[in-house]
Amino acid sequence: MAIEHSPIELTKADFASDQMVKWCPGCGDHAILASVLGIFPEIGYKKENFCIVSGIGCSSRFPYYVNTYGFHGIHGRAAAIATGVKIANPKLSVWINSGDGDATAIGGNHFIHVIRRNMDVNYILFNNRIYGLTKGQYSPTTKHGQITKSSPYGVIDYPFNPGELVIGARGTFFARAIDNSPKTLGEVCRAMAAHDGAAIVEVLQNCVIFNDKTHRDVTDRAFREERQLWLEQGKPMIFGKLKDKGIVLRNNSLEVVEIGKDGITEKDLLVHDSTIENTGIHMMLAQLAPPEFPMAFGVIRAVKKPTYNQLFEQQMAEVKASSKIQCMDDLLNSGETWEIK
Amino acid sequence: MTTKKLNQKEDVVVKFVGDSGDGMQLTGTLFSDTSALDGNDIATFPDYPAEIRAPHNTIAGVSGFQVHIGKRIYSSGDKCDVLVAMNPASLISNLKWVKKGGTIIVDSDTFTEEAFAKAGYASDPLSDDSLSSYSLIKAPMTSMTAEAVKDIFTDKKSADRSRNMFALGMIFFLFSKELDYTDSYLEKKFKKHPDIVNANKAVVRAGYNYCENTDILLQHQVEVTQAVMPKGTYRNITGNIATAWGLLAAAERANLPLFLGSYPITPATEILIEITKHKALGAKVFQAEDEIAGICSAIGASFAGAMACTTTSGPGLSLKSEAIGLAVITELPLVIVNVQRGGPSTGLPTKTEQADLYQALFGRNGEAPCIVVAASTPSNCFYWAFEASRLSLEHMTPTILLTDGYLGNGSQLFRIPKMEDLPKINPPFATPNDTTYAPYKRDPKTLARQWAVPGMEGLRHRIGGLEKGDGKGNVSQDPANHELMSKYRNEKVQRVANTIPDQIVNGDLDADLLVVGWGGTEGNLKLAVEELREEGKKIAITHFNYIMPLPKNTGEIMKKYKKIIVCELNMGQFVNYLRMNFQTIAFQQYNKIQGLPFEVTELKEKFNQILGE
Repeated sequence: MAIEHSPIELTKADFASDQMVKWCPGCGDHAILASVLGIFPEIGYKKENFCIVSGIGCSSRFPYYVNTYGFHGIHGRAAAIATGVKIANPKLSVWINSGDGDATAIGGNHFIHVIRRNMDVNYILFNNRIYGLTKGQYSPTTKHGQITKSSPYGVIDYPFNPGELVIGARGTFFARAIDNSPKTLGEVCRAMAAHDGAAIVEVLQNCVIFNDKTHRDVTDRAFREERQLWLEQGKPMIFGKLKDKGIVLRNNSLEVVEIGKDGITEKDLLVHDSTIENTGIHMMLAQLAPPEFPMAFGVIRAVKKPTYNQLFEQQMAEVKASSKIQCMDDLLNSGETWEIK
Repeated sequence: MTTKKLNQKEDVVVKFVGDSGDGMQLTGTLFSDTSALDGNDIATFPDYPAEIRAPHNTIAGVSGFQVHIGKRIYSSGDKCDVLVAMNPASLISNLKWVKKGGTIIVDSDTFTEEAFAKAGYASDPLSDDSLSSYSLIKAPMTSMTAEAVKDIFTDKKSADRSRNMFALGMIFFLFSKELDYTDSYLEKKFKKHPDIVNANKAVVRAGYNYCENTDILLQHQVEVTQAVMPKGTYRNITGNIATAWGLLAAAERANLPLFLGSYPITPATEILIEITKHKALGAKVFQAEDEIAGICSAIGASFAGAMACTTTSGPGLSLKSEAIGLAVITELPLVIVNVQRGGPSTGLPTKTEQADLYQALFGRNGEAPCIVVAASTPSNCFYWAFEASRLSLEHMTPTILLTDGYLGNGSQLFRIPKMEDLPKINPPFATPNDTTYAPYKRDPKTLARQWAVPGMEGLRHRIGGLEKGDGKGNVSQDPANHELMSKYRNEKVQRVANTIPDQIVNGDLDADLLVVGWGGTEGNLKLAVEELREEGKKIAITHFNYIMPLPKNTGEIMKKYKKIIVCELNMGQFVNYLRMNFQTIAFQQYNKIQGLPFEVTELKEKFNQILGE
């Protein structure tokens, strides 16, 4: 099911759309768009083989701003629509853009099932913890207690952590990035594109109008190095401005330690392995949150497993090879029939 | 096996009833298939409860299968000539369906005091006089079955499983049918269990021989007149299988892979089950997480160039409404099959109704017209599934196919077509690298837009649920454009009327009464009208399959008749649709909302009443 590559080298300009980008100035979506436009030529598929599908919300305007085949769906249904696109034509590179409301509220069912099936799609979840397009109501990822237009006395819902949903559904790929860090955003998108199966990237995205600085507890310049744990495959988990902190596994849970203190050295730290099938450590990493812990970023989980689409095509080929019924005339005349003369 | 001259009947209705799990569906199917092979026309209808296995010997657990065989068969029939009841609960709940004077065959072993009390009888109906207006045949089926298989099965449970075959043997004797088909069926079905094959064969014979030896059915024996049918190869088919095959056939004639996105729901599930068997024909079936994902995956597949469809029943259609609107505005082909059942809400899942017509015509936000067609017999589900697909693909707009539980589960003889005799389907695909391509540029004749599929070079574009500008298809909030696009979408559906055949009337041109029907009621309406004409009444019938748009001559037809009665299994949805379209014409209506099909007798009574006014 290899996707056909472009015979010529493509550039960012090949994917630029003629539509005016209508997101608010300062919106995190601009940075995500720039990252995607940056990596599409690098992925190297023919322009016509990309298909972007979205639901409803600010982020879901994304397909209009990239010159590929694009489909702007209805609220929550991007994953379901993309599933049909990919099954109908597995030779397409299928991308989904979705917000936290779209993916974890109205489309929550499709979100967990596209993951459970390991559908071969690339899913970017723009998490700004608010409904932006409807002007500021709380979403399933809004912080407990937060005042919003629809929670004037504070949100009493407990929030979802999208990473837990992905890993809980035994997703094969989960990564986290931040809108204002184009380099790391590009890296996780590249890893996502390289992954066969349902690849989910949660981007902590800032809504300047309705939920400004919602991710401040991990993005504030004053302390962000202390609050961001960037994971690298095969490397010990180190963070902090002075690279003096690390993560260890003690008593079946993760703990922050200071390197050099109490005899702790780099060798004692947990080494990141995104490829293990067991979800235990990956789940713990996805759950890390400030202020006690740094938040984990980068590729948390990337496990090899046959995709839905590989299994689907394989099964079709097997059935076709062994079936006595190869065309409709065969089917119509199969089983019990009789002649009236 | 018998050579003497028998009484002749043009048709008979036989109903097999028993506990769920008693094998009534199989018994009925074997009888109908055998009759078809013997030259009878047939129609069948299963009558099963919503529960899978309700408690033993209760009315809730009664499962039935009705078979109508004879010379001219349009439906599974009204009341039955012969009722085979395997226990007291099935007798008490089905007695109302037996013709006065009809034959009732019971397994007398099951009429224990406990069982008839559980069914609600105060005294044993086999010994009190309550069944005196019927011919009651008491056969000790349970004990005779045990006796017949005693060398194979010693346990009661295994022996009891073959009880239905005893009843089948009796019915075969009654109608002088051969046993070969049943033998070969059993040999195939239980290939790996020779014990079961031998036991069942022995029991069918035991039932047959019991009748022959005791003469209990001798005076009731009849020969049912053979049908005169056009030459050809035939098979028995249910409406749901015919629908599945019609969709597959359309995909083949359109030279496209079939994509089905669906979620199981009674009574539509069988279409999903059938299509998924045929991966070898290129059918791509996705069993979705819910009804919405079913249709949304189909829309995605349609965008990607497949012949896409989704199958459901009433409540599922409600869930799909928003997505149907998406297919309307993106102007993508999509076939939505609704096997109607009794509503609202969960309603009567296993019963039939025609009450989703409004939902099909109007059940969406905004101005969202769809093509709507309806199948009217189990076997023509094949052709209407094909036609729904053709219209959707060639006119680039979603099409709703309405069938119902009665058609879907009912079966009928089907004359097998040759694929080359079905029309080729030609969707308006765009040409790669066509520099003049625009997503919403339209064919001036049909107003269909072109279908450009991801992967095609030089045609990259974006579509979606926001209103699109005429031609180029960029997002547009322009007021005049919205009105223009709304009119285009409507006109595109209306123009389908230019390509479909005229509506036909059967019966007297100068009829005093025109009977109007649509969808699954055709068989009984047609028979009621034909019988009245044979009685000398001036009456005609026109039965609709094209619903939106209506055939162009519909108004003309209606104007010709002084009295028109519109009959449907709802509270008057089609009649109101006709009233909306033809405001000067007076329509009477006849409705039934019982989860049951019309009966020919009640129709004739109603028509006679109007004719007499």
